[in-house]
Amino acid sequence: MCGIVGTLNRTKQHPINESQIRLMLSSIRHRGPDQFGVYLFQDSFDGIGLGSARLSIIDLGGGQQPISNEDGSVWIVFNGEIFNYVELRPELERLGHKMSTDSDTEVIVHLYEEYGPACVEHLNGQFAFAIWDERERSLFIARDRVGIRPLYYTEQDGALLFASEIKALLTDPRVKAELDPVAIDQIFTYWSPLSPRTAFRGIKTLPPGHWLLAKSGQPITVERYWQPEFPTIAQPERQADMSIDEAAAELRRLLVDATQIRLRADVPVGAYLSGGLDSSAITAFIRHYTGNRLETFSIAFADEAFDESAYQYRMADHLGTDHHLITANYHDIGEAFPDVIWHTETPLTRTSPVPLYLLSRLVRETDFKVVLTGEGSDEFLGGYNIFKENKIRHFWAKDAESTLRPALLTKLYPYIGGLGQSNDTYLKKFFGYELTDTADPYYSHKIRWRNTSRSKRVFSNELKASLAGIAGERPYLPPNFANWSSMAQAQYLEITVFMAEYLLSSQGDRVGMAHSVEGRFPFLDHRVVEFSNQLPPKFKMLGIDEKYILKKAVSDLLPPEIWNRPKRPYRAPIHRSFFPNGQPLSWVHDILSPENIEGAAIFNPKAVNSLMNKIKRIGELSETDNMTLAGILSTQLVYAQFISNFRNAPDLTGSDDVKVIKRGKR
Amino acid sequence: MDIREQIKSYIAETFLFSDDGFEFSDDDSFLDEGIVDSMGVLEIIMFLEETFGFSVEDEEIKPENFDSVNNLYSYIQRKAPTAVSAS
Repeated sequence: MCGIVGTLNRTKQHPINESQIRLMLSSIRHRGPDQFGVYLFQDSFDGIGLGSARLSIIDLGGGQQPISNEDGSVWIVFNGEIFNYVELRPELERLGHKMSTDSDTEVIVHLYEEYGPACVEHLNGQFAFAIWDERERSLFIARDRVGIRPLYYTEQDGALLFASEIKALLTDPRVKAELDPVAIDQIFTYWSPLSPRTAFRGIKTLPPGHWLLAKSGQPITVERYWQPEFPTIAQPERQADMSIDEAAAELRRLLVDATQIRLRADVPVGAYLSGGLDSSAITAFIRHYTGNRLETFSIAFADEAFDESAYQYRMADHLGTDHHLITANYHDIGEAFPDVIWHTETPLTRTSPVPLYLLSRLVRETDFKVVLTGEGSDEFLGGYNIFKENKIRHFWAKDAESTLRPALLTKLYPYIGGLGQSNDTYLKKFFGYELTDTADPYYSHKIRWRNTSRSKRVFSNELKASLAGIAGERPYLPPNFANWSSMAQAQYLEITVFMAEYLLSSQGDRVGMAHSVEGRFPFLDHRVVEFSNQLPPKFKMLGIDEKYILKKAVSDLLPPEIWNRPKRPYRAPIHRSFFPNGQPLSWVHDILSPENIEGAAIFNPKAVNSLMNKIKRIGELSETDNMTLAGILSTQLVYAQFISNFRNAPDLTGSDDVKVIKRGKR
Repeated sequence: MDIREQIKSYIAETFLFSDDGFEFSDDDSFLDEGIVDSMGVLEIIMFLEETFGFSVEDEEIKPENFDSVNNLYSYIQRKAPTAVSAS
């Protein structure tokens, strides 16, 4: 695992300086502190610089980047892992390619020589890489199917700049950091910007499952090579002839293999154990199907409302793992938030990334670089409450006047009981929003997005004015979307908006790499994903029993109280972390001062003040107010850290191991 | 302050974070307009109990009593006639 950076002259010949690439690398040193690599090419026609910061995991001695093909005409910098490199290598050797290292990196170079952009279809992995072909004078950049590893780019003054993190782009004086009002508006609706937008104007993300090709003298092309596909209602599921038991056995076979190939590493691999079904299943596979010694890691919360440690210990005992646990309290979460935002590089409506940031620190302190986790299961196998809410609303919409049908929602949201006995009419009011509008493609997410949008009440007049008249972008929908089941539609939105843009970044790559820890996700193996997507919806959710097929597939490996208990969403406390005992932490007090709020001009100072007064006045905040608070604080932190007061990291030093390759006739 | 105004400024300050006051009509539904969420209903109840000193029964918790300025006003009128006539 690593980070990559680069700059390519497009329409203007800028000098390509080693110092510029080194500066970009210094800003992402946390991603790969073990080794650095720089590749520079310049002649009278073209100029390019590539950089790599490496966290050594496979082929510790031989994998230093940049790496080339046999004659040094094709060069790569690579962030991530190719898990099937062991299988790909002999095929390439049969085709005549000669490898000089044992790394997965080198395999990509030869695949690219052989297949061009289609090389990505052969890869099973999590990656972002850039390949420069000196003969073709072309730069090829690709990102993995679901978006596990990040890649950002921007075009400035005739140059294309790219990097694993936005902060590396901001080290270049040609890049001006500015918040994008539309992105802010999207974050306060969808919880993240819609790709390719980022929080910063003019800086784009290369979306998951896409590649980019920049050839000398031609426009840049960006193409989609993969996206989640679901069966249409008219064309029944390919697995429809499979019984649930057969499908569960096949899912298990795929998951076991996905887990096994993710244990390929030349360093020890650990696992996260949340106490839920998904991470317990992965940990059980490691225990039952490999000989690895197993160390596991988890987060406990001092606040019992969020804590799952009893289940984590239960699972660790059951599997006999060496378990490491860190307890997060309000103070830890509140104080770490600014550092977390430095890593996420985006406003957030929640604090859930923080405990994962604290956890990766524990992993690092225990001398682990790699952990397997259960991410992806809820999205692809139907674990989330939003899928249940969608299903119940469809069920209810068939008889909108029924008072019994909506009562199912009380199973989902037990707090509705707090509204007293006669709560039927309230249920209708809360969850009956545009109830019968089931043909709307965004039906599943209407209530969530509407609720989140309430937070926009705190926007400044300036921000509101800059948004006026701009047509709102909606999440991208693929051509076949309208013909998918309602479950598949809800899954697609959750996968492409929530998982790809928020979860795998702010709660995944960024908080892991902050401490040089790489997450690996067997549920996101594309074979598991493609198999899951073809399953009938009722295999994933039977009635409102979530992840039904997964429970079937793994229950014999787990104690019943793990697989049989109701799923609990992973959450972290918000307002108590920032206002312990009703008083703000000192950084919170500073960043919410009227001068700072007015300086950023994103929020209305009076509205911020009203919210602060409310927090001081009452003990419990609503979900919306909590999201508003997290949104304001994180936006102000992004502004302070990246815009008003951006600071370059200390440069690479003489003690860093830097490999420099200089090519081209100058 | 007039009770209606008291309700409106409470809603504006607590839920709308607005310094332009309450921009809806007295009949607009708090839920349909997206003014409050489920927790918000409980906050309103807490506000009523604190402000007017009566206690809200479970079976009274329904939109007919709490879902607009007018509904709240008539509910308060029934529960605490003296508070209303005094204002």
